[in-house]
Amino acid sequence: MSGAGLDPRTAPKFQVAARVLVGDSQMRKNVRHATKVIQTKRAKVVAEMPDWQKLREAGQAIRQHTLRHLDFYLEQFERNCTAAGGVVHWARNAEEARQIVIGLVKSSGAMGESPTEVIKIKSMTTEEIQLNKALEEAGVHAYETDLAELIIQLGHDQPSHIVVPALHKNRAQIREIFMREMNLPDLGGTPQDLADAARRFLREKFLRVKTAVSGANFLVAETGGVCIVESEGNGRMCLTLPETLISVAGIDKVVPRYQDLEVLLQLLPRSATGERMNPYNSLWTGVDPTQKGGDGPRTFHVVLMDNARSEILADKEARQTLQCIRCGACQNACPVYQQTGGHAYGSVYAGPIGAILTPQLMQMHHAQSLPYASSLCGACYEVCPVKINIPEVLIHLRNKVVKQQSSGFHILANPEVMALKAVAQVFRSDKVFRVSQKLGRLAELPLSHKDGQGVGWIDWLPGMLGGWTQVRDLRVMPKQTFREWFEEREKNKQGANNGR
Amino acid sequence: MNGIGGILRVSLFITCYNDTLFPETGQAVVKVLERLGHTVDFPSKQTCCGQMHWNTGYQEEALPLLPRFIEQFKDSEVVVCPSTSCIAMMKDHYPLMAERSNDEGLKKAVAEILPRVWEFSQFLTQKLGIEDVGAYFPHRVTYHASCHGLRSLQLGDGPQRLLRAVRGLELVEIETLEQCCGFGGTFAIKNAEVSSAMLADKVRSVLNTRAEVVTGCDNSCLMHIGGSLHRQRTGVRPVHIAEILAGE
Amino acid sequence: MDVELIAVGAREDVLRRIRTSIGTPAANAPAIEAEWNTLPREYNRVGSLDREAVLEMLDERLRDYDASVIRIQSGAVAETIAKQLTERGKHRLVIPKGLAEALGEALPAGFEFVVDEGLSTTELDSFEGVVTASTVAIAETGTIVLQNVAGEGRRAPTLVPDYHLCIVRAGDVVENVPEAMTRLAATASLATTFVSGPSATADIEMTRIKGVHGPRFLDVILVT
Repeated sequence: MSGAGLDPRTAPKFQVAARVLVGDSQMRKNVRHATKVIQTKRAKVVAEMPDWQKLREAGQAIRQHTLRHLDFYLEQFERNCTAAGGVVHWARNAEEARQIVIGLVKSSGAMGESPTEVIKIKSMTTEEIQLNKALEEAGVHAYETDLAELIIQLGHDQPSHIVVPALHKNRAQIREIFMREMNLPDLGGTPQDLADAARRFLREKFLRVKTAVSGANFLVAETGGVCIVESEGNGRMCLTLPETLISVAGIDKVVPRYQDLEVLLQLLPRSATGERMNPYNSLWTGVDPTQKGGDGPRTFHVVLMDNARSEILADKEARQTLQCIRCGACQNACPVYQQTGGHAYGSVYAGPIGAILTPQLMQMHHAQSLPYASSLCGACYEVCPVKINIPEVLIHLRNKVVKQQSSGFHILANPEVMALKAVAQVFRSDKVFRVSQKLGRLAELPLSHKDGQGVGWIDWLPGMLGGWTQVRDLRVMPKQTFREWFEEREKNKQGANNGR
Repeated sequence: MNGIGGILRVSLFITCYNDTLFPETGQAVVKVLERLGHTVDFPSKQTCCGQMHWNTGYQEEALPLLPRFIEQFKDSEVVVCPSTSCIAMMKDHYPLMAERSNDEGLKKAVAEILPRVWEFSQFLTQKLGIEDVGAYFPHRVTYHASCHGLRSLQLGDGPQRLLRAVRGLELVEIETLEQCCGFGGTFAIKNAEVSSAMLADKVRSVLNTRAEVVTGCDNSCLMHIGGSLHRQRTGVRPVHIAEILAGE
Repeated sequence: MDVELIAVGAREDVLRRIRTSIGTPAANAPAIEAEWNTLPREYNRVGSLDREAVLEMLDERLRDYDASVIRIQSGAVAETIAKQLTERGKHRLVIPKGLAEALGEALPAGFEFVVDEGLSTTELDSFEGVVTASTVAIAETGTIVLQNVAGEGRRAPTLVPDYHLCIVRAGDVVENVPEAMTRLAATASLATTFVSGPSATADIEMTRIKGVHGPRFLDVILVT
């Protein structure tokens, strides 16, 4: 079982966590390497597609349309899934979802036996609700079967990426974890050796454990079918071999029709892992009615979980957050994520998408530092397969944070709010602006000193501005502003004209 | 020599920080445009585009700056500004700001003015259709593509084409052209450590080019990169592209 | 624990919240369908390559993802299966019901082919491999699509054994994903698996490793 989960309620502010992580050179090297490799692969397979931008537009339109009629499509999915023999459950929040899953696991045993183990497919939704911890407390051990999730679980670590959760670890670190936790003193050090060790470790679990828990990539309203994409075959093992399958899905995972998958199944793999198609996609609908020797589990449950998603839907400007198909391309492209890795975000959703999703899942009560964890460079928007304008949403959420901080007494405790409001007043009048420019020159005078060329520079600034001068100098303000120069020039011109 | 469309009356939107901290950039813009035969005026009550406030979340504080801008520039034939991020602010957000104001007149004014608003390098290459502005700058130079210029304004290789036409200038490409330098406005203060780490990467890339000068279309990135180049006593100077194009 | 009692009223609550958040009056099914029909689909829905180029592309892309490909003329299926299994050293193989009919040829002699009639997981684990036909193959992505039909069978037999020999008919090869989805639409509710190369992972330092839990070896016989 992993240690304390990444919980936005208790996590430190992004800048505090990042300060520490930026000092972890091994982690940064691992993250940098991994993100660079995926980005290169993605760029290559995206360039192969002359219709990529058209696919993005279609993907965006499908997701927007779905969100506009989310109630309709969820009910349609429920109806069709139920007709095919699936059982659909609804959860308002994480706690309800956890309790439903625990209840289903406990009642899934044959002849009244209560299972003590489940096998799991990597699922961000179950990470979001910290399901493993809740299962453990209820006496059920969940075996993570995705290689990266296994590394995380055995290493008592936390996921740092949506698609490649252990990308902050290198092969030597993974070998150490496997040697210790699987008791393999002679384990080799190549990625192949490590993958083979995972295969042997999990094989017996796949063949033995009768209950599986998964997430879902897409729920198809038209058919009641569910789609899961994966690489290793661990997903297929969990979906196919057990007697009972429980899939937990956010209500945002529904798509209208089977045909829509022709868009999403092109966008997702190329964006996520830089593959034309990931090794395995599984699509199934309810359960196989064949009694003995049927195909797949005999019992199939879907838990449709809201957990603040319906609130995000209400915010017209931030609604696009729910278009996300969890490809992680924004994380790979993000220069901030590349420096800090995922843990700095204090949430299972890291990187740009995490910076907009997490505070909204917390209904803006926590994680208010995340919308600021971006330089607004726009690389995330550029690669997003469903065209979520992440910088726009970041700015929108910053506005929500500022409104919180500006209300009541908060404002007095916050020098930044006071300062920015004061500066805003300056810009509202060119006269005040001119005076401020002069005052600024005076104020910085004691801080400046001249370099060899006779140019004044500042290498120390007080208070919150000190962040600037940690690594940068600041040139002092010139003696004359542009407008003073221009106006003087105009005056001289006029003088020359008058004198003529 | 003045390019497509004859002689233009250009209104300069200099932006608050260029006005205060980098007057030499504005002077260079005036010089280049006048050398090309155009006239330049400077509406005197202009202040700030509102970018810092808008992007930091102080959107209510940014709103009054929009009608001020319109008031100052509504009669201008063309508006030119030597800052990619300020132009991106206007192109990306002014329509939304106007929408929120519920002021029909303002909405109309924004829709009318935006097509006449140009980033300096884009004004030269696209509006005037000019690459060679008759400049001389005998130095080894590398170009930093600011994110807003790259992604929002889609400057493409316009700035590099302008630089290649400068006599005496040797242009060396930086290895991570599309990578953010880590400035990000208040990001550099709020997330100083991360910003510094991004900056360190960018400065390394600049130094790898062995250029004497790093240029770009946005002094905010250049101030950030230049601040570190100066701290490390590298001798590499940040110079706005307008100042290179003004060289003779 | 009675699961029914855990989140009583959640369904109605969630749907009500969604409707409140959407903010517009609920649309009816025909209106929603009409809106869906207007969604932009300007991407390539139909391929543009000629037949031979499509087959070549499938061949190349399957190889690119570590599958091996043997191209043959029809009538040579049985002998090619025999050759391939001999080369791989596989003798005891599980097959789905209706495989010979799907292939249009009897299976070769000299091997032990066991028809899956609901074999247990442990029994499946004892086979050296599996032989199946396929429903559709997608050239652009190097993908083979299997469904629970005669000749392809349940999902478990193509998963548990370590080796998969798959026969693809040229007539079932399409150029791109939309063409495949169009062909599959009529049988959308069948259990369906898209296979693109053997099982793989890149979870360790983004190095692609062939074979984790699914079959580590995938051979494809492409029949023209």
